[in-house]
Amino acid sequence: MKEGFRQAMAWLHTWTGLIFGWMLFAIFLTGTLSYFKDEISHWSQPEIQRHALDPAHSLGLAQRYLNANAGSAASWFIQLPSDREPAISVGWREPGQGRRGFVSKSLDAASGEVVQARESRGGDFFYRFHFQLELPHPWGRWLSTWCAFIMLLGLVTGIITHKKIFKEFFTFRPGKGQRSWLDGHNAIGVLVLPFHLMISYSSLVLFMYMVMPAGIMASYGGETNRYFSDLFGRDVDVSSAGVVAPMAALPSLYAKVQEKVPGARMGYIQVQNPNDQNARVSFTRASSDSVAYRRSQSWTFDGVSGALVSSGAPESAMMMTSFSFAGLHMGNFAGPWLRWLYFVFGVAGTAVIGTGLVMWLGKRQLKHAKSDCQPGELRLVEVLNIASMSGLLLAVAAFFWANRLLPVTLEGRADWEVNAFLWVWAASLLHAAVRPGRRAWAEQLGLGAIAFGLLPLLNGLSTGQGLNHAIAVGDWAMAGVDLTALGTGLFMAWLARKMLRVPAPAKKRAARPAAPGKVTAEAEAN
Amino acid sequence: MKRTAAGLPLAYRLAVASRSLAALLGGYLLASLANVALALLTPISQVDAALLGMMLSFLVYLLAFIWCFACRSAWRAWAGVLAPSALLAVIAGLAYGMQTP
Repeated sequence: MKEGFRQAMAWLHTWTGLIFGWMLFAIFLTGTLSYFKDEISHWSQPEIQRHALDPAHSLGLAQRYLNANAGSAASWFIQLPSDREPAISVGWREPGQGRRGFVSKSLDAASGEVVQARESRGGDFFYRFHFQLELPHPWGRWLSTWCAFIMLLGLVTGIITHKKIFKEFFTFRPGKGQRSWLDGHNAIGVLVLPFHLMISYSSLVLFMYMVMPAGIMASYGGETNRYFSDLFGRDVDVSSAGVVAPMAALPSLYAKVQEKVPGARMGYIQVQNPNDQNARVSFTRASSDSVAYRRSQSWTFDGVSGALVSSGAPESAMMMTSFSFAGLHMGNFAGPWLRWLYFVFGVAGTAVIGTGLVMWLGKRQLKHAKSDCQPGELRLVEVLNIASMSGLLLAVAAFFWANRLLPVTLEGRADWEVNAFLWVWAASLLHAAVRPGRRAWAEQLGLGAIAFGLLPLLNGLSTGQGLNHAIAVGDWAMAGVDLTALGTGLFMAWLARKMLRVPAPAKKRAARPAAPGKVTAEAEAN
Repeated sequence: MKRTAAGLPLAYRLAVASRSLAALLGGYLLASLANVALALLTPISQVDAALLGMMLSFLVYLLAFIWCFACRSAWRAWAGVLAPSALLAVIAGLAYGMQTP
């Protein structure tokens, strides 16, 4: 740290990157998958049929179902089908049972009957893993937010280290071992730098009330709830009158909202005290309609008379700033093309972390290339690199395979899918520990290539909704997951082939710094 | 410096540990106090000031982190985060005292 500012930053970049790189890789990979959360859920529950969207009709079906099955519930929640989610989601809370009494069901958008779909967490599993890491609350959120901070630190220290950032941007020297990895790391890092900065800073904004609570505590004292009601502009809850009264038809209230904002899509529709004198129905605009969450875009009606009681308060510029960061992070507003761009950027972020981890090890292994054994700490990093990268990909494949192979009626089926994910991940760690480095890489990547490559076939055989069917009927969510799996399989096969080939000894020479005696900070930082 | 990673003296290792703690804990303290000061003193609505304080506090944390590893010694790292923390603590304390009589 005494050699100067850039060397110090290179040191910080290297070591924080190593310690948190494995976790960051998993967070980035599952986060990238989460951009297709609904599509993955659709793939995981092929029983749910997609129908042409008819929001008013679906809302009527939801009300009919809830009246029949949860007529005396304390509150109802309805989410209408969208371009991405085929089913109507309904949920209700039994009176006096708090959070525990929550029941949720998926209804067919055309018939309103309960969909009998296989139990699966689908895309929601990757989404939750991305920021909760399967750890108990609140530790997962703390840890993933901390990793986001380290990512931001890594970006800033990386920019400082990589002085000739734009001059060297078009430099890529393939087939030169270490040098190529560094060029790749830099090129991808710089190319999607705005996305990386946005995604890591916005993760901090998403959970700032949790990880940086001192300001709220000082300003609001003990009443942190008041902060949230100031922020979201929530209405005061109306308690039930205890007098039964017939409710207005929800589709008629939906029509009133459409009169105000023609074409607006709806997010959650909440009914408080259904079938009571004090029933309240609130509509919130879907997050797919704008980048930032708009609290002003919500309307509350008297559930009996159907009169508009209140609409959402306008947002301040500061709120729009923080809501925009949150919205940009989650990308709910993105249409198919932008969503794919998000996915590609997410893959790029994952690749930057992965290449960094590979370089850290590669550079140090070169020094021990002549001797047969390498120091224990390098071996440890190697094992963790393999398990955290190729092992995680195998675990993801295992989740998808479990989804198709586990019996549909199995008790606790959704949990078994998650167990398959975790067990395969643990097995990959064990495998990496007992096999030599390159062999372990090649075997895990090869197995992953087979697992992902055959996934479309497995899907076609087990559900009859394989690529030929999905493309024919235009089910691009289903086909997209299959095709992405196929692409992942091919990519992993290519990597496995590279790993199987013994590296030519000439590569080692090329990996040395070009000018002897003039070690740049950049070369230092890998 | 890591080229001789195996033979690093204990004093060096302790200095790195000390800097890390200064960055982790001292940096968080500084960021939190900046957060409080901004939340209490920025002349905008209460919720806006709280948002501003939180959103800027991460940048304070980031700068503190960089400082702790860029400065010349571990002592300077601690001084660099604790001195401004003390100043902000006084400012935030006064603001808090005036707001809650």
